[in-house]
Amino acid sequence: MSETVIQTRGLSRVYKRDQFEVTALKGASIEIHKGEFVALMGPSGSGKSTLLYLIAAMDRATEGSIEVLGADLRAVSDRQVAAWRNAHIGFIFQSFNLIPVLTAIENVELPLLLTNLKPKERREHAETALKLVGLGDRLTHLPKQLSGGQEQRVAIARALVTDPDLILADEPTGNLDSNSAQDVLTLLTRLNKEYGKTVVMVTHDPHAARFATRVRYLEKGALLPEGQMPEDWGSLPVAAKSA
Amino acid sequence: MAIPLSYNIRNLVVRRTTTLMTALGVGLTVAVLLSVLAMVEGLKMAFESSGDPLNILIMRKGSTAELNSNFARATFQQLKFKSGIARNDKGEPQASLEMVQILNLPRLDSPEGMNVTIRGLSPDGPGLRRQVKLQSGRWFQTGRREIVVGKGIAERFPDAQLGKRISFARGEWEVVGVMDGGRAAGVNSEIWADLNQAAADYNRSEVLSSALVRAVDPVAAQALINDLNGDQKLNVKAQSEKEYFDAQTVSAAPLQALGLFVSVIMAVGSCFAAMNTMYAAVARRAKEIGTLRVLGFSRLSILTSFFFESLVLSLLGGLFGCLLVLPLNNLSTGIGSFVTFSEISFNFSVTPVIMGIGLTFALVLGAVGGLFPARNAARKEILTALREV
Repeated sequence: MSETVIQTRGLSRVYKRDQFEVTALKGASIEIHKGEFVALMGPSGSGKSTLLYLIAAMDRATEGSIEVLGADLRAVSDRQVAAWRNAHIGFIFQSFNLIPVLTAIENVELPLLLTNLKPKERREHAETALKLVGLGDRLTHLPKQLSGGQEQRVAIARALVTDPDLILADEPTGNLDSNSAQDVLTLLTRLNKEYGKTVVMVTHDPHAARFATRVRYLEKGALLPEGQMPEDWGSLPVAAKSA
Repeated sequence: MAIPLSYNIRNLVVRRTTTLMTALGVGLTVAVLLSVLAMVEGLKMAFESSGDPLNILIMRKGSTAELNSNFARATFQQLKFKSGIARNDKGEPQASLEMVQILNLPRLDSPEGMNVTIRGLSPDGPGLRRQVKLQSGRWFQTGRREIVVGKGIAERFPDAQLGKRISFARGEWEVVGVMDGGRAAGVNSEIWADLNQAAADYNRSEVLSSALVRAVDPVAAQALINDLNGDQKLNVKAQSEKEYFDAQTVSAAPLQALGLFVSVIMAVGSCFAAMNTMYAAVARRAKEIGTLRVLGFSRLSILTSFFFESLVLSLLGGLFGCLLVLPLNNLSTGIGSFVTFSEISFNFSVTPVIMGIGLTFALVLGAVGGLFPARNAARKEILTALREV
């Protein structure tokens, strides 16, 4: 059995809105191993993004335990968690979230500013990452000068430039046309297969889920048992290349 | 490492209209402050340059200004032979008995006239003021109704031009020269004439205003001051000319206070303008803040970044302010003095120190205006920030 990268036990997240409590995630237990490409699927409000945010330490669990890359995320401080995220996590957003006033290479270089690399080394790393995603000729373009697919590829370059152990993607193809989506998914697969990156991707697109090695479903905040999918989910979404 | 400065600068460029309006607001506030400071500085420089530490001004005891000093001719005759007074080429004491009188002269922007000082001097008088040079024309001659005007007077009063005649006392006086006292306010704002002619015209032959004597050296100057002040028979008050003019800088106090008050009021407004701009920037860039946090930037980095952006914004305003007041540098103006009851002319002086104060003031405005929005940005929870549109 390969090394466990993510382990959650009875993970819950309850939001308080005025006097009401909304349970976004209840008792989720999952184990993800090094080198896996896991898709988290489920309808809107099923808790899949909440689980991803908890794994990325962007949010804190209300109950349960969560250990990511050996770090107990419930025990680390805000400041420690920021440094930890920079070093170990690459995050890809649905709407790319590039900084509009910075060029492609500057956007990719951003996470490296928190490392000890020299400016020249940072530039080289960022350039390599952009070349890897096929944008070596778009270094000085601003996000608005790029297509959606290219923007997402810049975002992927930014996510992998620090050489993180774990890549987390939140609906990475949600805002893309089918061709661009295909490119992005191929790229994620390449990162997983060729570079051995562990990838956790949230999606509600069955086609996207096919690129994953394992699919886990969530429904109404609960993580369904391995292999089980929501009753009214339809016919398809099964991990195409199931481990 | 912090979020790069280019991120903030480019954001300021992207929303250039807001940036310019805010910077202009800060700039105007800084300009008001700087113009007040430049005026006070100019006035101070004018007064400080007016006095010569070796010259001793002697007035009647109890007088605070030459104008209210009744100084008898006989007293002058007694004191001019005191030891420590320098001698001229002819071996006579370098001393000048003087009379000061107020004259109302019409001005272009003030047809009802402004008070200027007319000074009657002994022949040694002009020579005692080492910084005074004749700019054009010649010195007045004794026994004639001739006057030499300070350049500040020549610039500001159309009647006081070389070759023109001014009517006062018992007749018409011809402007025969224009003198330049450098930065000295006193001289540039005065009209000089022969003492005896002026005294006779004003019917003040025996009761004049003051005496000015030159000491041989600084030690003798102090000894002479002590001697004169201690002489019960003379009943005079002696002080160095420099000290006398330094004390007159109080003329600037009311304007300084008013200017500072206006600046503070405007500063509060500018602070709110900067704050408003920065709050808007934080709201507009909430998603970017969330993203930066996800990338690993700490709350402190976010706070520093937005705080710094506010400082850059206000610094831009500060530079605007400095540019706005630069044309004031060396601009000649006048102010009514409560000591001489006449107009003192001086030049605005925008020094590097004053510009430094302006930039610092702008930075303080930016810091106060930027702190709360920056704190607001840093306090945002990642998910809340990412979900804001």
